[in-house]
Amino acid sequence: MASNSSGGGSDRQRTAQQRLSIIAGHLQRPVDGNPAILAEECKAQESKPDASSEERRVPRRRQEIMKWNGWGYSDSRFLFNKKGQAEFTGKRYRLSGMIIPGLKDWMEGTFGASLQHKAPATPILNSNAIQPPNLHEAFVEELKSTGIPFSHDAEDRVFRAHGHCLHEIFALREGKFGRVPDMVVWPNCHNDVVKIVELACKHNVCLIPYGGGTSVSSALECPHEETRSIVSLDTSQMNRILWIDEKNLTVHVEAGIVGQDLERLLNESGYCTGHEPDSMEFSSLGGWVATRASGMKKNIYGNIEDLVVHIKMVTPRGVIEKSCMGPRMSTGPDVHHFIMGSEGTLGVVTEVTMKIRPMPEYQKYGSVVFPNFEQGVACLREVARQRCAPASIRLMDNEQFKFGHALKPQVSSIFTSFLDGLKKLYITKFKGFDPNRLCVATLLFEGDREKVLQHEKQVYDIAAKFGGLAAGEDNGQRGYMLTFVIAYLRDLGMDYYVIGESFETSVPWDRVLDICRNVKARIVRECKEKGVQFPPLSTCRVTQTYDAGACVYFYFAFNYRGLSDPVHVYEQVEHAAREEILANGGSLSHHHGVGKLRKEWMRDTISNVGMGMLKSVKDYVDPNNIFGNRNLL
Amino acid sequence: LQQAIHEHPVVLLPSHRSYMDFLLMSYILYTYDLALPVIAAGMDFMGMRFVGEMLRMSGAFFIRRSFGGDKLYWAVFSEYVRTMLKTGFAPVEFFLEGTRSRTAKSLTPKLGLLNIVMDPFLKGEVFDVTLVPVSISYERILEESLYARELLGVPKPKESTSGLFKARKVLSEDYGSIHVYFGQPVSVRSLAEGRVNRCQFNLTPRHIPQRPGEEINHFVNDSAFRLVWAQEENMVLKPWVLLASLLLQNHHHGQKGGTALEELTEQAVWLRDLSRQCGAFLHWPEHAPPSEVVSSSLSLHQGLVSISEGRVHLALEQAGGQGGPEEKLLNQAVVVLSCASYRNQALHVFLRPALLALAIVTSSSNNRQEVYNSFSFLRNMFSNEFILCPGATVQDFEEACYLLVKTGALQIPQQEVLITERGHRTLAFLTSILDPFLQGYQVVCRFLCEEATEALTDKQFVPAVRKFIIKHLLTGTLRYAEALSSDLQKNSLAALLRLGAVRRVKGGAEQGTLKVNKVMVNSLEDTLGGKLPTQKAAAARL
Repeated sequence: MASNSSGGGSDRQRTAQQRLSIIAGHLQRPVDGNPAILAEECKAQESKPDASSEERRVPRRRQEIMKWNGWGYSDSRFLFNKKGQAEFTGKRYRLSGMIIPGLKDWMEGTFGASLQHKAPATPILNSNAIQPPNLHEAFVEELKSTGIPFSHDAEDRVFRAHGHCLHEIFALREGKFGRVPDMVVWPNCHNDVVKIVELACKHNVCLIPYGGGTSVSSALECPHEETRSIVSLDTSQMNRILWIDEKNLTVHVEAGIVGQDLERLLNESGYCTGHEPDSMEFSSLGGWVATRASGMKKNIYGNIEDLVVHIKMVTPRGVIEKSCMGPRMSTGPDVHHFIMGSEGTLGVVTEVTMKIRPMPEYQKYGSVVFPNFEQGVACLREVARQRCAPASIRLMDNEQFKFGHALKPQVSSIFTSFLDGLKKLYITKFKGFDPNRLCVATLLFEGDREKVLQHEKQVYDIAAKFGGLAAGEDNGQRGYMLTFVIAYLRDLGMDYYVIGESFETSVPWDRVLDICRNVKARIVRECKEKGVQFPPLSTCRVTQTYDAGACVYFYFAFNYRGLSDPVHVYEQVEHAAREEILANGGSLSHHHGVGKLRKEWMRDTISNVGMGMLKSVKDYVDPNNIFGNRNLL
Repeated sequence: LQQAIHEHPVVLLPSHRSYMDFLLMSYILYTYDLALPVIAAGMDFMGMRFVGEMLRMSGAFFIRRSFGGDKLYWAVFSEYVRTMLKTGFAPVEFFLEGTRSRTAKSLTPKLGLLNIVMDPFLKGEVFDVTLVPVSISYERILEESLYARELLGVPKPKESTSGLFKARKVLSEDYGSIHVYFGQPVSVRSLAEGRVNRCQFNLTPRHIPQRPGEEINHFVNDSAFRLVWAQEENMVLKPWVLLASLLLQNHHHGQKGGTALEELTEQAVWLRDLSRQCGAFLHWPEHAPPSEVVSSSLSLHQGLVSISEGRVHLALEQAGGQGGPEEKLLNQAVVVLSCASYRNQALHVFLRPALLALAIVTSSSNNRQEVYNSFSFLRNMFSNEFILCPGATVQDFEEACYLLVKTGALQIPQQEVLITERGHRTLAFLTSILDPFLQGYQVVCRFLCEEATEALTDKQFVPAVRKFIIKHLLTGTLRYAEALSSDLQKNSLAALLRLGAVRRVKGGAEQGTLKVNKVMVNSLEDTLGGKLPTQKAAAARL
């Protein structure tokens, strides 16, 4: 899947060997969190830069492999080829190099988009359009003396000035840049971060931690009112696994590591964390901790707060960490919970100990078709009631089902397409499902082979009670594959006047259906009122189940031809949708976080006293607002 | 409407003037091929053998008139209505006013049912609820004299089938035309926009019935008034309504011999133009000459007016009949009250300007602020009597000023309010339209001051005050037989209770007694009479 290396097979083997030997090296060391040893290690890594740079997936100059004004790798993108067929380029994904025949019709049908009307992005980053850096001379001098690499190159700075909110990407595509960080530093280890934070405090420089850059909450935007020099602290070079403890099934990792590297490296030792947010290719461990991330397979492995055993964070007041790694403590409010969700306002997470599990012996995808969304939700609710949710269970509504259908790659054999046609006939004609109402749930089972099969039967039995029909492994697998390419698809949409985004919430079970219906209807109505000329795509899916509720994910996109300020319209509609979510008993966020985008609702969400509590923590930990990204509060 | 039914659950809110309303609504929806509504009807209809079944089959369900204390009943009932709305195959229909208006004035809306139909929206169970105010106006009301008698204290006959059959002979008479006007649908979502924080429902499971909070009550109340106001605005007025107003006024101004037909026609045309300027929804045949319009209207209401020697007067002589002076008086009052109920149909048009006119007269000053104070006092006093949206005093005042300036009756330079030459006629008409109410309230106040004993109970109040009024009418100290209307009496008591001039003391017996603050009642009476300046400094400055 996503982890397919671009290199050849032999190349991979060589690097794997190398990594194994490094990890073996770590394991031979006494398992001890002594900072002196860590510091040594840090230097040792620095002394042989060539060996370690091989292993790193995220280079300092990210723009070498990633888009500066869109999602993901530069070599992977959707486009319409000369024949007018959609195609996904590159070699990284299963979908790479394939033709997607249904996409064009779907885009034209759903959005009224047309291949004739293109809205191309500014191709090249124009460095002249970027404000010259506002450097703090004394800070820069002292930083130089520490030997920590830094840069004030325009491209480096622009890359770290944004996340992936629609308005951020839209502005980049138009070649517009607001306030960008004045410089970027790349600490290599915990001690480097300590030095940087000390210097920043000394010189009153604003620090903004940067991990994977996949935020969708405006968390990385530089505050307009910030007059100090802004330094982006890029943790991407702190990406080592420091030790694996097989006795306790824990791993100690530097927080800059991105999800796919962590999983890949652990897999080589036969383990996994099981934490797989949709952004795991690019998002970092530190970012997960800072935003209270949630992974697709949380039903087995838990969300980030369940996975974390120990956190080390550097703050202006010093380093915060617990004294032991006991699995649970009754020592007052858990200080980890000040860190998790702090969104970079208190400090930089540098090292994390988290749980690991042996890699699952067996994985099986699956899917179920329901006659309508109501039945589907009822089934998910029953699965949650019986606490037998598979590693992942997601229910897509009819619009998303059609969307998924449109993304079916071209099949090579006539036989498969014949089979598909037969299936469709069976479901719509024989079973009487209305193709404009049916919806599909995708499933992922993990574990021992036997248990998986047993589990699978249990879930399919429940589904049958709610009118669900098993719809095969392929559909399920394709559903999960889509989560990795959907962000690429937005870039394609933007090439053709279609803008959109996703947002999420969590809500009690009894309100799931109401919130889905009301929020979708509100989006449609707001678009109409705001003068959007074409009907919008307003769709949702239930992506996580809990005992007391579910996580609901909305996608919203529209064709903006004829609008003078599409981003403003988009933001108004999203704002209204969020109000509707809150009015229907949904939460402000399930896992995206608050950032600056959803700040205005924080007080209502956690009450005045709650705000006061968080403020007082901020005031104590960071009285001079060194970590000045102004998220959350 | 057809479209609205498909989009969101629809609630029909017809005005309630007659039993016919039920059947009319169902009939109209049927003829337009729309889903028949589910109607909330009073429990007492169920008692009627045949008709009860008929109503039930045409989609009615029955509710108790009040179930304040009964939580289970409330829960079951609201769940039923909610389910009707959520499944949404048929519109729900009920009467905001709760009961038929005997006076043809809109009644203060009842909030219970409105609360229930808004609940699914507030709790997010439906995306929106569409409320459709429906105005049904009758040229002649079936129950016209029945209502009048009821107001005079003859008890309402129990709704029974045999009663209905007996009443069938009235159906053979000519009752003119009926206008049904479906008002602009109102979306609860847009009403609630920025007014209600729906998050308050997040913390309790939605199936647990909750007493609505302060904020919700306010919101529902305001919405109810707006809806009733919308009903009133869309009422179709017939020429007869204007004639009734004129005839009543002429009668009270002592023209015992009636009004000459030509004079009446002239007055009617003048009033037609005035009411149009005030925004009345008047149905005046354009092509017929005014005299013809007038005489055809009069002929439809032969029971109330008589024409002799080219002069039109109220049919008091025939109504008088035999018997003592008291009985005679009551019989005449029936005619007056029937007439008044037609005049009441037009009251909402003139209400705000009339209050202003009255304020100008009573405040005996041209100062705008003082006129406003007086306006605000009167408005407050009469807010149980008429539909006046709570908290909209300033808007109402502005609107009244605007209308009177537009009609050329007033000039409002800076801080003054001046009556123009032509304005006197308008103002005289407007003040005398409210005069019966003013005097009625005063006489109730006087009663409370003079006659009220310690042990006056709620139940005794109406008969006692009626007696008192009859005495005054017979001695000639009171001109308006309208004061006999129990509706007016109850409203004035409610106003006094609201203002704190009278308190209801929970007695040991099941009936509470009324405790009268005589000083306050006295001063209220004097202020109404314009003897005292309005003391209350208005909170809202202009």
